[in-house]
Amino acid sequence: MKFSEEQLKKVEEMISHYPEGKQKSALIPLLHYTQQQNGGWLSAEAMDYVAELLKITSIEVYEVATFYSMYNLQPVGKTVFEVCQTGPCMLRGSDDIVAYIYEKLGIKPGQTTEDGLFTLKTVECLGACGYAPMMQLGPDYREHLTKEKIDALIAEGKAKAN
Amino acid sequence: MSEQKQLFKVTIDNITVEVEPGTTILNAARKIGGDVTPPAMCYYSKLKDSGGKCRTCLVEVAAGSTADPRPMPKLVASCRTTVMDGMVVKNITSDRVTDARNGVVEFLLINHPLDCPICDQAGECHLQDLSYEHGKGASRYEFKRRTFDKHDLGPYIQLHMTRCILCYRCVYTADQVSKERRHGVLSRGDHAEIATYIEKSLDNDFIGNVIDVCPVGALTDKTFRFKNRVWFTKPVDAHCNCDKCSGEVQLWMRGDEVLRVTARKDEWGEVKDTTKGEPGWICNTCRFERKKISDWVIEGPSQVSRHSVISQGHYVGMKKPNETVAKVMGGRDPKLLMNIKDVSEVNQVELSEIKGPATSQVFKQLKKGN
Amino acid sequence: MGRKLLLEKAHVEGIRHYDVYRREGGYRSVEKVLKTMSPEAVVEEVKKSGLRGRGGAGFPTGMKWSFLAKPEGVPRYLVVNADESEPGTFKDRYLMEFIPHLLIEGMICASYALGSNRSYIYIRGEYWWVKEILEVAVQEARNAGFLGKNILGSGFDCDIFVQPGAGAYICGEETALIESLEGKRGNPRIKPPFPAVKGLWGCPTVVNNVESIAAVVPIVNEGGEEYAKLGTGKSTGTKLISACGNINKPGVYEIEMNISVEEFIYSDEYCGGIANGKKLKACIPGGSSVPILPANLLLKTAKGETRMMTYESLSDGGFATGTMMGSGGFIVMDEDQCVVKHTYTLARFYRHESCGQCSPCREGTGWMEKILLKIDQGKGSMSDIDLLWDIQRKIEGNTICPLGDAAAWPVAAAIRHFRDEFEWHVTNPSEALVRNYGLANYAKPLEIAAPTA
Repeated sequence: MKFSEEQLKKVEEMISHYPEGKQKSALIPLLHYTQQQNGGWLSAEAMDYVAELLKITSIEVYEVATFYSMYNLQPVGKTVFEVCQTGPCMLRGSDDIVAYIYEKLGIKPGQTTEDGLFTLKTVECLGACGYAPMMQLGPDYREHLTKEKIDALIAEGKAKAN
Repeated sequence: MSEQKQLFKVTIDNITVEVEPGTTILNAARKIGGDVTPPAMCYYSKLKDSGGKCRTCLVEVAAGSTADPRPMPKLVASCRTTVMDGMVVKNITSDRVTDARNGVVEFLLINHPLDCPICDQAGECHLQDLSYEHGKGASRYEFKRRTFDKHDLGPYIQLHMTRCILCYRCVYTADQVSKERRHGVLSRGDHAEIATYIEKSLDNDFIGNVIDVCPVGALTDKTFRFKNRVWFTKPVDAHCNCDKCSGEVQLWMRGDEVLRVTARKDEWGEVKDTTKGEPGWICNTCRFERKKISDWVIEGPSQVSRHSVISQGHYVGMKKPNETVAKVMGGRDPKLLMNIKDVSEVNQVELSEIKGPATSQVFKQLKKGN
Repeated sequence: MGRKLLLEKAHVEGIRHYDVYRREGGYRSVEKVLKTMSPEAVVEEVKKSGLRGRGGAGFPTGMKWSFLAKPEGVPRYLVVNADESEPGTFKDRYLMEFIPHLLIEGMICASYALGSNRSYIYIRGEYWWVKEILEVAVQEARNAGFLGKNILGSGFDCDIFVQPGAGAYICGEETALIESLEGKRGNPRIKPPFPAVKGLWGCPTVVNNVESIAAVVPIVNEGGEEYAKLGTGKSTGTKLISACGNINKPGVYEIEMNISVEEFIYSDEYCGGIANGKKLKACIPGGSSVPILPANLLLKTAKGETRMMTYESLSDGGFATGTMMGSGGFIVMDEDQCVVKHTYTLARFYRHESCGQCSPCREGTGWMEKILLKIDQGKGSMSDIDLLWDIQRKIEGNTICPLGDAAAWPVAAAIRHFRDEFEWHVTNPSEALVRNYGLANYAKPLEIAAPTA
């Protein structure tokens, strides 16, 4: 893995947020960026490259990447449904949403469809309790979910892949 | 012309001791020794930043200091709390502490495999000691215990993640002693584990010291694996001329065979200072490669002072731990209602004199002889 | 209708951008502070305002600022905690999403008061689009000369950076947040030393919640004393409450702290009553970690007084019969909701979010989750309830950071107030699987719902 000139400029900009010598602080934003550039997940190779860019050891990167729940350490589908299941969403029927996605796509939390299009994850509170049930879809939230909305999201995901 | 340093007076379980400012409660208690010393599973005096995590050393601060005698509302980690002048600490005299410690031991054990019978650490395991002294006879945990994928750390170090209590000592050791770290704590919460992510063997010259700092059987010596039980081996002090480390070690022998080499440990189970006054970490060559008696100059039997299972063996030169209970209780000694040694028939015979197995017949003969 | 100080203009068209925000009177406080006030005077105003930290603990903000160590030649930092992850809480997101310049304006004033030339907003990674909104707003403020070198010719330099998290509730704990900002695992530090002495990169640091910092703007504009006139007693000013659960109008409300809980739930101005004509069963008024209260104790205190939406009134009665204001995450449960199941999801949340550093939290949270699941599925026994109580008791107060307490309190309160519901699950295992147990119907049990296919 190697970043282009342009990508490296972006990395430099991230590092400029911190005082001299504190470039390790850029690790979390840089991992986000790398994941985004690497098809939605972090391979060991990608993490080693991040370590090299920040002049830290690989284990420091692994420790961080495995700690935070937003980093995918395995390849994921093109569309990832991350459905919140914590208390307030549960009160509003998040279980039904998860069940409905299973009904439509045949995947349980943690699984990816065979065609590699969809991954379903259940996650803990995303801070949208008032708009429950909800899910995270890439960088955005989808709120007030209903069965109809799930149908639309699935269609959207399929259209995106074509 | 140096001014005499002002010392802080701290009272722990009714025993007062004077220590230098900046000393932690735990180290002040270690100065007293014996039962008033809180157990420490993660703190390691020779590793910077260690401690505070396992919560076994929690104590109650009944009075913060002479200047501000208010008690502290929560129990504090004695390994990371420094003393103030006039501080009053309750350890074994506090029911809250006993109760909390009891809880911590239970927490540490719910996912522990309890595989002591096949664990190489058995006999010198701090978790065994802790459970024996502060735990309960049975567990209330009824679910499946946590397991991990097996992870190979190379030819020298055996990792059993299920036994790990996440004390982070090995992480600090790699950072501070071997100055090169390839393993770390990965994942979080109850799935956190010690690993290298992609399997890598740990082969830094000083990485073997993680075995010595590990309080449990999570990191053990692969070259000693299943070779013997520690209580059947005889610890002797020995040294060699080593160009990497001090060469001052402890050999664990059986007959003329060197089964295992470790650093020398003090009464808290920590690596001792060398004769030159430096921490006695040893190198991998001494630990894993020098297994012939001709590699070593034997100094003599080690002094076993650990408050632990192996000290129950009749070692030459055994140093009994400091008994403080009577002092804590103002002269009373509730532990000894009856000294079993005085009434037990078994103890009328010196077991170490029995050559070979101590069958009932041998035992009876010896007793007759008395 | 109560006064609004923070969200008054949140719905002005285009307020997200500098021009409109400025036209609506934005950045006046920065001008006032930099041109007419000393840093000490700003701290003094905040102290006078009686502002209490809006992140959950309710510690007086001015006091926190005055603890900041100021050693010569060492930089100091202000870090805004936007790692809003407490279940039930989504107020900061609303503020940052709709009126981001308010936060930036407050940050400039606070940075000046604290002497921070480099301030950070640590925002949870899931709020990615909010992060982008903030970054645009920061750039606009920079272009307008409110950030950068020598702001408004005052000689004060300040810049703001937005730092994303990556999915960890624990990073809302201030020392874990600092660790995360340093590019490490979000393991809370062992205190002391406190961040005010040794925080970000070993330098003195203040970590404040988004809402606390935003509140600095009206405090500076109107003066601390004026601010303190709003609210009741020691609960001064306004508070953002994010209401969710089984209510007609979930959302974020800015309340003056002088209304009753009953008014908040039932008036049309706020939650608009319980959804679908159902009855109120219970409520967690301050984010998932504060104790749950049954309806009767929620609306009236044990002394029979009306319970108000203030720090003092909500905590009246201690944990035995009261709760806490917390972060203002107001979770309402109707008569059909199952307290056992809800408590289970919270236990699962805390197990998932425990950093794993200290033993009681790492092991205890998972244990509680397993037992709660067992009870919820009708496989529990009476002794499990006592065991659960004992486990939470042994976690509480014995951990490095407050996550242990936060995990223990909801379990403790659920057992304290709804023990009969737990016991009902044990004694009616098959029924427990097909219907929820409603406290509102003690006297008149619900019809047993037909099992769903």
